[in-house]
Amino acid sequence: MNIVVLVKQVPDSEAMVQVREGGSAVEVEDKYTLNFFDSLAVEEALRIKEQVGSGKVTVVTLGTQKSVEALRTGVAMGADEAVLLDDPALIGGDEYVTAKALAQAIKNMEYDLILCGREAFDDSSGAVGPLVAEFLGIPHITVAVKIEVSSEQRTVTVEREVEGGKEILKAPLPVLLSAQKGLNEPRVPPITGVMKAMRTEIKRLDLAALDLPATEAGVAGAKQEVLRYHRPPERPPVKIVEGEVPDAVRELVKLLKEEAKVI
Amino acid sequence: MSAEVWVFAEQRDGKLRKVTLELLGKGRELADKLGVKLAALLLGSGVSDLAGELTSYADNVYQWDDPLLERYNSDIYLQLISHLAGKETPQILLAGATFLAKDLFPRLAGRLDTGIAVDCLNLAIGDDNLLVATKPLFGGKVLADVVCRKGRPQIALVRPNTFPPPSLSGASKGEVHKLEVSIDPDQVKLEVLEVVRAAKERLDLTEAEIIVTGGRGLKEPKNFRLLEDLADVLGATVGATRAVVDSGWRPQDDQVGKSGKTVSPKLYFAIGLSGAIHHIMGMDTSNVVVAINKDPRAPIFQYADYGIVGDLFEVLPLLTEELKRELAKG
Ligand SMILES: Cc1cc2nc3c(=O)[nH]c(=O)nc-3n(C[C@H](O)[C@H](O)[C@H](O)COP(=O)(O)OP(=O)(O)OC[C@H]3O[C@@H](n4cnc5c(N)ncnc54)[C@H](O)[C@@H]3O)c2cc1C
Ligand SMILES: Nc1ncnc2c1ncn2[C@@H]1O[C@H](COP(=O)(O)O)[C@@H](O)[C@H]1O
Repeated sequence: MNIVVLVKQVPDSEAMVQVREGGSAVEVEDKYTLNFFDSLAVEEALRIKEQVGSGKVTVVTLGTQKSVEALRTGVAMGADEAVLLDDPALIGGDEYVTAKALAQAIKNMEYDLILCGREAFDDSSGAVGPLVAEFLGIPHITVAVKIEVSSEQRTVTVEREVEGGKEILKAPLPVLLSAQKGLNEPRVPPITGVMKAMRTEIKRLDLAALDLPATEAGVAGAKQEVLRYHRPPERPPVKIVEGEVPDAVRELVKLLKEEAKVI
Repeated sequence: MSAEVWVFAEQRDGKLRKVTLELLGKGRELADKLGVKLAALLLGSGVSDLAGELTSYADNVYQWDDPLLERYNSDIYLQLISHLAGKETPQILLAGATFLAKDLFPRLAGRLDTGIAVDCLNLAIGDDNLLVATKPLFGGKVLADVVCRKGRPQIALVRPNTFPPPSLSGASKGEVHKLEVSIDPDQVKLEVLEVVRAAKERLDLTEAEIIVTGGRGLKEPKNFRLLEDLADVLGATVGATRAVVDSGWRPQDDQVGKSGKTVSPKLYFAIGLSGAIHHIMGMDTSNVVVAINKDPRAPIFQYADYGIVGDLFEVLPLLTEELKRELAKG
């Protein structure tokens, strides 16, 4: 069972993000981490491989040198191989072109299953996974909370989360699944893994290796264009309702009714 | 150009989802600005009543009614919608940012070679009559206005509770187009085995207008009774922090935040929770936030409109009583 896991190095939740004067760009504090949902995807891949007893897990990312960290974390957790889509022309694209490049890379790999995260913390769109599946012409199931693989029948049975309930679906391999919280508890990379990750060679693919024209990559190939970045509106300072609790509660209800008009 | 504005009419258990109506309201505004028609896409089994309902909002209702469509299957929905989009070439396609839409529409964007903006917080018509979609980045720390010049339709998935539901006054009388459900079975690889619905009388968190969320300050699962009581009075939905969910006090379905659900209600109560950034990212676009915490330095107060510094075990019963009294007055 060969499993490809899409991983992304993203700014940490605590990282400061500033909008550049004029809204032309954002500046992100240098605090990065493996995307939370992607760590669930790596964990699941490792468990499936262990359960099936053969095959390899390959972590793949599209990004800059910084993204190598995501690959190393994946390898430290137990992934066998790591691939970086590495070309300046690939950077700055939207979900559509990112997925196109990833699909192009995966097309030439041997895979039975692709796992990715529910969404990436930076753009939170959850679009890349389904787009990769579309470009590869394989089915996809998002927000998986339980995955059972039958390697004999070459199928997966997946429990996915929907608002207020669950759905259980079955799909033939190969299939792309996105990981939702609740799927598993990702392992902490063991020291031996970290050491192995330092030594593991990262395979690099540029535009030529991906057989992609520059017009179909990065900013040039993106379908979306950012007009400007801006800050969300700020909330006015909190009004603390003072006094003895019964008085404060009465005052609060009055404010919600008469000032905020929300009840 | 007469290319229509489309709204995906998501329905569930025979009812239109609230966000669908919100988007029909906004969709009408966009369509009027562009001088084009508004259409609704309806897929399901036994949905002709809903189609009728939609004609009060949309000029055209495209209806696929077939037992095959009773349960959502992306392989089937994709074929039908992409086929019609190829024929009718709409310029804009809107849907709520629901689990279903997030599963379906990115892939549709790929099939139609167009862009998609997910979790939008605003929509407008800008230069060159392009749709300008405002979407959050970095958990809402930054917003980006994006356009899609290089593909049609321009697809946007919008967070529920972003736009008000439309009023029915001046209702248009739309036309229902019953479409044939012809699909290529070779392209249907997924099989939906089972759909389990938790028996819930409350709206899902993502659509709720009022949410009361409890954190670790509630001390024990049984104390969530206090929140349930408050929620009953307000017709609200109960939420939880990750700390609470990971302790097994509440189901995963209830979690608000970065690794849970993103909510945007009219009124959000944050009770006995500290306001960690991961939590804030899931509720920061709530209209009015009320925090109740015994620690005056809890970060949640920086993200709240109103606050009471006090012991929740003292505040909650009084608050529930007071609201009950106040709401009984009408
Ligand atoms: C990758 C990642 C993703 C995460 N995703 C999420 C997410 O989606 N959602 C989420 O919520 N968290 C998330 N977290 C966890 C988050 O960082 C916090 O740990 C969590 O939100 C804390 O939960 P809490 O506020 O309930 O608990 P605490 O931080 O322990 O806060 C409890 C609060 O209750 C108050 N309190 C105690 N007793 C009383 C009383 N009697 N009366 C009044 N107040 C009282 C205390 O003053 C305190 O402020 C995530 C973390 C990580 C690393
Ligand atoms: N640049 C990338 N490289 C590899 N995987 C990615 C990349 N961007 C997104 N993904 C994968 O797609 C998932 C959803 O991302 P997004 O659509 O950006 O929210 C992530 O959790 C990753 O698994």
